[in-house]
Amino acid sequence: MTSAILQAKSLSKAYETTHGDLLAIDHINFSVAPGEFVCIVGPSGSGKTTLLQMLGGLLLPTTGAVLTNDRPLVEPPPEISIVFQKPNLMPWRTVLENVILPLQIEGTSRQEAAEKARKVLQLVGLSDFAQSHPKELSGGMEQRVALARALIQQPRILLLDEPFGALDALTRERLNREILRLWQTQQLTAIMVTHNIHEAVLLADRVLVLSPRPAIIAADFHIDLPRPRPPDIEYTERFGALAYQIRQAIRE
Amino acid sequence: MQQTIKIAPHQQTHPLDRHVGRKSVGRQKYRLEMLALPGGVLLLIGLWALIAKVGNYPTFILPDPVSVFNELAEITLDGTLWHHTQTTLFEILGGLTLGLSTATLLGYVLAKSPLLERLTGPYIVASQSVPAIAIAPLLVIWFGSGKISKILICALVVFFPILVNTIVGIRSVDQGLKTLMHSLRANRWQTFVMLEIPAAMPVLLGGLKIGVTLSVIGAVVGEFVGSDRGLGYLINLSKGLFNTPLMFAALIALGTISLSLYLIVTGLERWLLAWRR
Ligand SMILES: Nc1ncnc2c1ncn2[C@@H]1O[C@H](COP(=O)(O)OP(=O)(O)OP(=O)(O)O)[C@@H](O)[C@H]1O
Ligand SMILES: [Mg+2]
Repeated sequence: MTSAILQAKSLSKAYETTHGDLLAIDHINFSVAPGEFVCIVGPSGSGKTTLLQMLGGLLLPTTGAVLTNDRPLVEPPPEISIVFQKPNLMPWRTVLENVILPLQIEGTSRQEAAEKARKVLQLVGLSDFAQSHPKELSGGMEQRVALARALIQQPRILLLDEPFGALDALTRERLNREILRLWQTQQLTAIMVTHNIHEAVLLADRVLVLSPRPAIIAADFHIDLPRPRPPDIEYTERFGALAYQIRQAIRE
Repeated sequence: MQQTIKIAPHQQTHPLDRHVGRKSVGRQKYRLEMLALPGGVLLLIGLWALIAKVGNYPTFILPDPVSVFNELAEITLDGTLWHHTQTTLFEILGGLTLGLSTATLLGYVLAKSPLLERLTGPYIVASQSVPAIAIAPLLVIWFGSGKISKILICALVVFFPILVNTIVGIRSVDQGLKTLMHSLRANRWQTFVMLEIPAAMPVLLGGLKIGVTLSVIGAVVGEFVGSDRGLGYLINLSKGLFNTPLMFAALIALGTISLSLYLIVTGLERWLLAWRR
């Protein structure tokens, strides 16, 4: 790994609670190479969301730092887009207006923004729904809008916090394939939190396993499966072996 | 990948199809509402005429609709009605503007600063234990029997419900959307305009709806206490003159103001909250 695009240096986070400090993340170190697809797995409440929020500059670490281009993050940088666990769409805005929001905040002209929005909506297969309101969409469609809203910012790094956790298995699989396609065509670096080991092995170049709270990195797996991942890869022996090892690492 | 997208069944129906269906149902409902109002008013007038006729009360107790409409026509033609309506309307709108702007401003600040809310909360609540209307006489002593004292009473009456609604509305803004705005590097003003105002709008409009009704009450009470103009004054005057048809005419004018304001707010709601339907 020559030059890291994102680096966690001795990163910790302690939350102040009514009964004392709660250490969520305990001096974590790792770095992500440009173009890498990293999945973070770990038990519930281990600190995955906390870690991702620090990587995105949304949450300041108690100690240590997140470095991009060798500089510590103090606020969300323009080259990082986040897809949250919930779609977080504004119900009063149409799909198109929701997707435009980041550009509107940047001060891009309305016309240029609308043009770009149409492009990313096409990318996620929602061109026909530009004028719909969020409540007219299914859960999977809402998450695709959130994805489009992240992509319109033309990020170099995409952070995903269990983006499809609330969806049924089939929709989830389809959207995962879409994420893979976008990651490849848009040359993104992706970091995705998930509960699902299967999903992690299918998508990632690397799987980081967090320990129960306070989280350290319990294991760091290199996923040596071919790219692009063939459709039946899930049924290969190597896939099964990796999934099994990761499952064991989470148990320990 | 392309294929999976095409197969998706929801994309085969054009979204417009559903829109058309939903909108026309909404419009029909609205048309029905528009008919219901005049229909109801006519029904009430009919009932009133019936009771007046059957009971055969003296005019100063219950005038029949005809004598009231004669009175109404007379004071409309000679300008008396407009003279008083104008005053009351001015007080209502003035008080509403003053109360609305101060209450939303303070409400926003308090919603944003829990510390300030804790500090001022007790005073604000305590001030509510005295009904705003009860200090109307005091305001008339201090500010005279002109429009200013009435505007202040109206403002005072609408202040609290709008304050509370603003705090509730701004506080209820979804945490996920706040985090989103943060991640998109929105500044305070952008967050205010693009998130807080639209998110709080339903609750804010709810406050306004209560506010307009209360404002009418405030103006009338203020005029009862001391004034020489306005519909409240006219009601008081007609009482002294035992001119009940005049009183009814003034009440009808007041009712019309209330109803118009209410309909304006409802229309505003339909327009601003169209996305909820
Ligand atoms: N704002 C907060 N204040 C105090 N404690 C918090 C806060 N956010 C998270 N925590 C605590 O930190 C720990 C890690 O939380 P986090 O949300 O990062 O876990 P997670 O791995 O994302 O869990 P899940 O898989 O259930 O989403 C938990 O014990 C949680 O109770
Ligand atoms: Mg989480």
